[in-house]
Amino acid sequence: MSASGSLAWFAAHEARLAWRDWRWLMTRGRKDRAGAAALGFVAFVLFMHGVACMALSSSFRLAGPADAKALAVVAGSLALAFSAMLSQATELVTRAFYARGDLELILTSPAAAARLFAVRIAAIAATIFSMSLVFAAPFINVQAWLAGPQWLCAYLAAAALAMFAVACAVVIVGALFAVLGARRTRFVSQIVAAVIGAAFAIGLQFAAIISFGTMDAPRFAVLERLALDPDSALLWPARAVFGEPAPLAFMLGLGLAALFAVIGVYAPRFGGLVLTAGSQSNASKKSSPRQADLHSASPAQALRRKEWSLLLRDPWLMSQTLMQLLYLLPAAFLLWRSFFSGSGVANFLAPVLIMAAGQLAGGLAWLAVSGEDAPELIATAPVDAASVLRAKTEAVLVGVGVVFAPLVLMLAVASPLAALVSLAGVVVAAGSATAIQFWFRAQAKRCHFRRRQISSRLATFAEALSSNGWACAGAMAVAGAWLAVVPSVMVVAMLAGVWSISPAKATASS
Amino acid sequence: MHEISPASALALKICGLAKSFERPAVDGLDLSVPAGEFYCLLGPNGAGKTTTLRMVTGLLKPDRGSISVYGVDALEDSIGAKRIMAWVSDEPMLYDQLTPMEYLDFVAGLWAVDATAAAARAKDLLSWLGLSPYADERCGGFSKGMRQKLALAGALVHEPKLIILDEPFTGLDAASSRIVKDVLRERVRAGCSVIMTTHILEVAERMADRIGVMAKGRLIADGRLDELRLRAGASGASLEDTFLALVAQDREAA
Repeated sequence: MSASGSLAWFAAHEARLAWRDWRWLMTRGRKDRAGAAALGFVAFVLFMHGVACMALSSSFRLAGPADAKALAVVAGSLALAFSAMLSQATELVTRAFYARGDLELILTSPAAAARLFAVRIAAIAATIFSMSLVFAAPFINVQAWLAGPQWLCAYLAAAALAMFAVACAVVIVGALFAVLGARRTRFVSQIVAAVIGAAFAIGLQFAAIISFGTMDAPRFAVLERLALDPDSALLWPARAVFGEPAPLAFMLGLGLAALFAVIGVYAPRFGGLVLTAGSQSNASKKSSPRQADLHSASPAQALRRKEWSLLLRDPWLMSQTLMQLLYLLPAAFLLWRSFFSGSGVANFLAPVLIMAAGQLAGGLAWLAVSGEDAPELIATAPVDAASVLRAKTEAVLVGVGVVFAPLVLMLAVASPLAALVSLAGVVVAAGSATAIQFWFRAQAKRCHFRRRQISSRLATFAEALSSNGWACAGAMAVAGAWLAVVPSVMVVAMLAGVWSISPAKATASS
Repeated sequence: MHEISPASALALKICGLAKSFERPAVDGLDLSVPAGEFYCLLGPNGAGKTTTLRMVTGLLKPDRGSISVYGVDALEDSIGAKRIMAWVSDEPMLYDQLTPMEYLDFVAGLWAVDATAAAARAKDLLSWLGLSPYADERCGGFSKGMRQKLALAGALVHEPKLIILDEPFTGLDAASSRIVKDVLRERVRAGCSVIMTTHILEVAERMADRIGVMAKGRLIADGRLDELRLRAGASGASLEDTFLALVAQDREAA
């Protein structure tokens, strides 16, 4: 048993919490699900290995020496993985600054908080490494099986990347904290994380679409075209994955040195930053004085005004929504390439607007419908449930309208047909996404917005299918293709199917 | 607006109310609270107090029984009953991104209160509860006491005839408690009815016109403090002793 308050003691504490969190996630806290969860885990591992087998055996195996093509493929994979790791790490480090949890207990105890924070920074690195293994490990294992055990060195390279990503993330968030202050850092770091996470993937997808007309399989071939010098230091991480001793040692050394340096510098300061973040997030924000100015008119108006005020004042939620929109760009670009290569930007914008409207409406509808912070106030008010839902729907749709109406109007100048299709598409996509949120409503706090996609995967899936389906229909309609009816009918059928198995249908039937 | 029967002498009348979760939480409860009375509902943990009040306010559907608020059937005409009631829970639910004035504006809107009257009332309430200096600050940084006082202001802004409070003094400091007590007393003097659960027996002893004691989902005693003392066979005893004696008697009888 390690001494209380020591590094090992804190590490054991963190490991126990992490293990219990993971177990709860797998079993939802039910002991009788442990067997099923274990079976599910094994099935997932086997499935992923199967996917890796198919992917690696059907393409080049990278069995030979580290030639330019092989290095380009691996370098591309690593760059993609690093941007995802850095994005995740930035988010986790930000969360560590702002989460209250047990920090007040730790910070008010006589234990050395710097040790806890040292462990927590290391734990973030371990988390990032573990997360990367979910997708990387099957490919590494299969590659080692197909092309030789030297590929197991990829595990060490992944660990080095994770350590370096966390070190970078701590420095980024620390710098934002110093420059912007506690209040703005939370918002800005969210955006930074989103941009980092999306930038490389989206950039690569755009390049792949331009070069090959698709955003999937040949994306790394884009890297080949960059024609990096095989001796370039930029390819050292790729060489490390191939098991070359010097690059591997360099990467591991760099990762460890960066992580230890960051722990040494930031762990003693982390407590102060956390306290600053806590006191800032608790500090009241002033709004413009309006003491004598009440607008009360009808319950519906009060509800709509409340929703709009809350939406406009929550940058965290807005940044999450913006992030969703960011990821839509390549898909919309591909749609444009597929249907209108050679046509104007107006046609490109129609499916983008439709898809974005669906996504935005889904997020806003979740906030308005499920993310209610004072459900008991609403429930005890003399307003029937249907009126509440109607007012909230209006709030969402007007919100979507405010964002998209100017864009559709601008589009009308370039192409009236594209504008007309966009308008119809925005309305049906927003309406569909809002309806899905109503069917799958589950009471939650607004601050749980980031977890909304976990609470109902079916709703999330249906929302994405609906937005993409309507965008596809819109793209075809702008092209004048009567086949636009096909995706439209498919989306309607999908919505009918989703409704039939939704909790709202079950409630209505009972 | 729903017509409230002027002849209705009862603020709340509950008959045969029952609600089970995995076991009975409220078990055939009968309870009457006269209009204009300050009524405290006491009971050990799990007695069914909060479940009862949540059914009265429409937050839970009873399995059986009836609830009448100033003569309005709260199960048949829930909107009519809600119009004359207010609910304050032990955990005030506010919107962190709204200011107190905006919150009161929202509540006034939900109850369709005239804007001019609501504005004046909101200002008075905030001033009364010591929240005027914070009227234009967002609620996110408010202390527990400030949040509880604002929730109370929200309950009062539409001038309900029946105020129902669940453990309103939990976590409040002495000054905030005093303000809340004063506000509630003033409301009763103005003709309002107040029903409140509390574990702070001293508050019940000082404030309540009548006290009800619940255990295992039933009302085991009901009356003025001296009546309860008599029933417990503890003349001159404190409410705490009386309460413990009544609960012990019920346990022995079971």
